[in-house]
Amino acid sequence: MSIVLEAKNVTKNFGHNGHTAEVLDQINLSLEQGEFVAIVGFSGTGKTTLINLLAGLEHPTSGTITCKGKPVTEPSPERGIIFQNYSLMPWLTVRGNVSLAVHQTRKDLSAAERKECVEHYIEMVNLSASIDKRPGELSGGMRQRVSVARALSMNPEILLMDEPLSALDALTRAVLQDQILEIWQKEQKTIVLITNDVNEGILMADRIIPLNIGPKATLGPSFPVDLPRPRNRKTMNHDPHVKRIRNEVNHYLNEQSRQHKAHSKADAQPPTRLPDLEPAHMKKEYC
Amino acid sequence: MNSYTHTHYLDLVNLCKIYPTKNGPFTVLEKFNLQVVEGEFICLIGHSGCGKSTILTMVAGLNEISNGNVMLAGHEIDGASPERAVVFQSPSLLPWLTAYDNVMLGVKQAFAHGSKKERDQIVKYYLESVGLGDNMQKKPPELSQGMCQRVGIARAFALKPKLMILDEPLGMLDALTKHELQDLFVKLHAEHKLTTLMVTHDVDEALYLSDRVVMMTNGPNATLGDILKNTLPRPRIREDIMEHPDYYKHRDYLINFLEEQDHQAERKKTGTKD
Repeated sequence: MSIVLEAKNVTKNFGHNGHTAEVLDQINLSLEQGEFVAIVGFSGTGKTTLINLLAGLEHPTSGTITCKGKPVTEPSPERGIIFQNYSLMPWLTVRGNVSLAVHQTRKDLSAAERKECVEHYIEMVNLSASIDKRPGELSGGMRQRVSVARALSMNPEILLMDEPLSALDALTRAVLQDQILEIWQKEQKTIVLITNDVNEGILMADRIIPLNIGPKATLGPSFPVDLPRPRNRKTMNHDPHVKRIRNEVNHYLNEQSRQHKAHSKADAQPPTRLPDLEPAHMKKEYC
Repeated sequence: MNSYTHTHYLDLVNLCKIYPTKNGPFTVLEKFNLQVVEGEFICLIGHSGCGKSTILTMVAGLNEISNGNVMLAGHEIDGASPERAVVFQSPSLLPWLTAYDNVMLGVKQAFAHGSKKERDQIVKYYLESVGLGDNMQKKPPELSQGMCQRVGIARAFALKPKLMILDEPLGMLDALTKHELQDLFVKLHAEHKLTTLMVTHDVDEALYLSDRVVMMTNGPNATLGDILKNTLPRPRIREDIMEHPDYYKHRDYLINFLEEQDHQAERKKTGTKD
């Protein structure tokens, strides 16, 4: 198997002149062709920074990122991104948003084929009925589905997903998980999924890598998810092997959290006392 | 004696939301009725696009009420007010203010009659209780999304509102932070007994936090579908709840309702195709 995306000793700092925030430290990550890797971690550890670096939206302070042997210097349609906050163009309709990506990246297709491609991916995320609506008219879950359709429509080799499903309802989430898995298997894509949900990682990924708590966050050990596919969401809950993987990952994360807390409690101030004061809107007596 | 009864602390009466469109009026929410007891924690669940957030924004006074009305503590609500605090899905902080100043902004208004020291203590107390004691002087761009959301939660609780409105406040957080903040909501609810209206996608979260779970039918023309009385005992301890015999009974009930809604939507879709 060949390595398609690789981070070597990547460090990322923000700020300068003594106000440096050291976010990521010594990140090493190799993704093989067709691999599905989930990265889990607490908020504030630098998960989004990591995705931005892999995408080419940010540059490492030191270390290198290479995609198929070439250094990553800028974003490219071969690495599709699904953002946590949707990042849609508010003045374009669902069709317009997806078309924008298709027109930029699928110049090999005829106009009719491109139109078909746009509609195919919108249909895939069940938004055909809302194809002419603008983001402002859609719910949060629907906006994220547009963002998923947009990224898939570019037919990227590598998909970088920054908590794409965390804001969706359980059923939409399950539908999209299945669709992403189907596309991954059918089209041999390589996927990096940032997720807040260990169960999602177990359901979807080949391995789960925790991102340790920063500052200077490093990647933890890789936990292989050696379960046969397709994986069944319902029976998985009772599978002792699944439980073992879940416990191992959760144990690692909780241990991280405990160490971090113990570390920060060492020089903690005594807690502030809450004064006995009612707000103005409580004082008004209604009768 | 106030003109409301304890069981009608928050009273949503025939609440409707209709948006005008090119093709005539579009009813998002139709005749939604709900009575909330003082101190009760209500979770609203339903599929995306069913108008859950519409209800919350109307109750918050941020969205015009097309028909019906909202009574809180015996008075009809009129626009937004610090008596109804909101935590949004995205934190909506002022990016040029520190975490401390973002919380202080509301505290200054609600506690204008207090001393400067008292206001300072209120802000610090709530920022510490959401775990941001060390990050009070940072601005939103220096904080992660999860930390920003904690600021939003501190900002809302610091107002000591009559009604706490939570619009999927934990939807975007990682599972571990989510658990921590759910525990925080449990703690704050036990301490302050704030009447709370929360929208969530997460059935487990609804069962962990709520006294009742309100299920919404699919939109358009969404309305109240069913109400589940959450019999899980308080104080709630996560591990114990998962073991409680009612837990899976409740959970299955909620999931069945959601799946049933899904099937109905499918049928509607295929039925109207041509």
